[in-house]
Amino acid sequence: MSFTKMSASALAILAASAMTASARDQIQIAGSSTVLPYATIVAEAFGENFEFGTPVVEGGGSGAGRKMLCEGVGETTIDIANSSSRIKQSDIDNCLANGVTDLMEVRIGYDGIVFASDVAGADFVFTPLDIWGALAAETVKDGAVVANAAKTWADVNPALPAQDIMAFIPGTKHGTREVFDIKVLEEGCKAAGAYDLFLAASAGADDDAKKKEAIEKCHALRADGASVDIDGDYTETLSRIDANKMAIGVFGLSFYENNTDKLKVATMNGVAPSVETISKGEYPVSRPLYFYVKKQHIGVIPGLKEYIQFFVSDEMAGPDGALADYGLVPDPELAATQAAVEAETPMGPLE
Amino acid sequence: MNNSLLTQDKRTKQRNAAEARFKAYGLVAILVALAMLVWLLVSILSAGSPAFRQSFLTFPVLIEESIADKSGTRDPAVLTKVTTLGYAKILAHSLEAEIAAKGVDLGAMKPKEIGQMISEESSATLRDMVMANPGLIGTTIPFTAIASGRIDGYFKGRVTMESAALDKNTSPEQLILADNLRAAGILKSEFNPGFVTMPDASDKRPEAAGLGIAIIGSLMMMMVVLLLSLPIGVAASVYLEEFAPKNRWTDLIEVNIANLAAVPSIVYGILGLSIFINFAGLPQSAPIVGGLVLTLMTLPRIIIPTRAALKAVPPSIRDAALGVGASKLQTVFHHVLPLAMPGILTGMIIGLAQALGETAPLLLIGMVAFVRDFPGGLFDPASALPVQVYTWTTRGDPGFVERASGAIIVLLVVLIVMNAAAIYLRRKFERRW
Repeated sequence: MSFTKMSASALAILAASAMTASARDQIQIAGSSTVLPYATIVAEAFGENFEFGTPVVEGGGSGAGRKMLCEGVGETTIDIANSSSRIKQSDIDNCLANGVTDLMEVRIGYDGIVFASDVAGADFVFTPLDIWGALAAETVKDGAVVANAAKTWADVNPALPAQDIMAFIPGTKHGTREVFDIKVLEEGCKAAGAYDLFLAASAGADDDAKKKEAIEKCHALRADGASVDIDGDYTETLSRIDANKMAIGVFGLSFYENNTDKLKVATMNGVAPSVETISKGEYPVSRPLYFYVKKQHIGVIPGLKEYIQFFVSDEMAGPDGALADYGLVPDPELAATQAAVEAETPMGPLE
Repeated sequence: MNNSLLTQDKRTKQRNAAEARFKAYGLVAILVALAMLVWLLVSILSAGSPAFRQSFLTFPVLIEESIADKSGTRDPAVLTKVTTLGYAKILAHSLEAEIAAKGVDLGAMKPKEIGQMISEESSATLRDMVMANPGLIGTTIPFTAIASGRIDGYFKGRVTMESAALDKNTSPEQLILADNLRAAGILKSEFNPGFVTMPDASDKRPEAAGLGIAIIGSLMMMMVVLLLSLPIGVAASVYLEEFAPKNRWTDLIEVNIANLAAVPSIVYGILGLSIFINFAGLPQSAPIVGGLVLTLMTLPRIIIPTRAALKAVPPSIRDAALGVGASKLQTVFHHVLPLAMPGILTGMIIGLAQALGETAPLLLIGMVAFVRDFPGGLFDPASALPVQVYTWTTRGDPGFVERASGAIIVLLVVLIVMNAAAIYLRRKFERRW
């Protein structure tokens, strides 16, 4: 019967190819979509200049990448997790439970988070106080907490344009949002004195609970449509700004640098974001980028150590390297990272 | 009361008006749908057709021994030490020499910046050529390099002098030189076969990104789906339709098949992740896993039309075969199945076309990865056409917008061809009783 023959041969082909599917000969990487373009640039150059296969790089988000890394040891699990925030103790515990005992932490550089608007629009000169004052759910007026009633940026700070407040900020699933919360909202909240008021008004059980509640109130954003969460990526924010020329959007520095013909960047505390100002620490809103390597795979997956060494080498992650060219802020302590990679130093406990 | 046939009474007028209104509604609905379709096609074609053209720089390249092989030994171990950055310099030097030789006006460009006009992809191509044939070192060869994404965008209208002045990746001077190079015949816009043959490229070189791996990955998955779902789907349908007793169990199975066909495809992705990757230990990003997941998704969608095709064969055919002494099996395989074949094939092709355009389940099994090396088999990482559209739309460089629309055009063409084949088969082999 032709059908039995066909299914038999199909099964035979599957079985035969299952036999040949032995050792994996390319590195597998997953994680942060912020690190993804950097990782693909390195992977591409690695495949071209080394005798190893080109690593396979997947996005999916920092948390998802770390979770995949910690699924276990072996060829069906990934070798490297890209992450735009530091690994959490819960990830490390999860790793240990699945037999992933040795992780290497590699900091590749810094990412700047910038505020930008349509290229033809007005200039913005922000401080964290302005952003918080415009977007927070509750602000401070004459020493009392009131619901945010600001309609235009000029209502918040007379020095800003009298333009309706409209901001596209990263959704909570993004690592960028965490940096926005901590480096912008919290700073602004504290500068306005609202943090102290929230703390005083808090009904928490102890000091820690009170602080937590005050911070949460600092992070709370107005829900009347002036602040819009974007769960997609920066391309979505860009197209939303394209449709609404009066809006402000939050972007990664590298995304902005590749779209300078469409976007105009705002300064923060008087400092314009650039690779230089971020690496000097002058521009305040930035965060380190990492990747985590499963050390047990070094020596098993061909080229793994060479890839890490290549990633942190001067021609890639250095100040004049290919990644800085794309918008990565180089790490001033890159030499220490290179030495740690060379020695395969596993990461210590989180402090 | 006038009851003449020639003058309409009030009620007839009302009925006629209702009919006219209904016709108008139908017409409006069709026109709206057509307008949407035209809008879609125009926007995709206008955004995507530039992806099939590309600016190339053609000039003789002197492969300088002082860069490619300082030792002069041609030892492969030494040659591999020279990275693509070295080859980028070789290309830049040669282009500079060609510009001087042809007397092209440099404008305000500094000679150092000439290299930025050549895609990094071309340095890798040149390096591969030299690695394969070290004898090229020291000789001058004709070479066609890809122009950088911004230069390419300039000739496609995406980049203008105004935007270039604000863009850190290019400058108006570069664009003026590009115009001069075009006048001198060094730079040409040509059909770009690389768009369908080359692998994906990183964010730094949108001009070199192609669909090669995505097309191969999709083909491999379709092969797996065809090989598995045709025999299983047809066998299941034949059994259910011709052999299975009609009882509560078969009713239950029937209802379930109909339900499975309506299950959102992402559910199959979750199922595939847990069965094929976490339990069976198959590799991530592999077409075999994608094919298996899509097979699960396609099976109910094939079984339903196959059963309909079998049902459409008149019982008289079966009775006649049984009447002359054929066994049940002979009846089915010699008479019923061949007569149902056109319907089965149509259902199969439409099922495959659906599977080809499916993205959601593939996202969960790692098919969204950046893959540069062509897969050697079903177990090597690959990408897929619809997923490539998705990844390109999320990239930062505006050059990828055009690529994504170009990929949609390729996908639409494949789908139209498949659906046309289904219609052709149905028309050609259809039997009416």
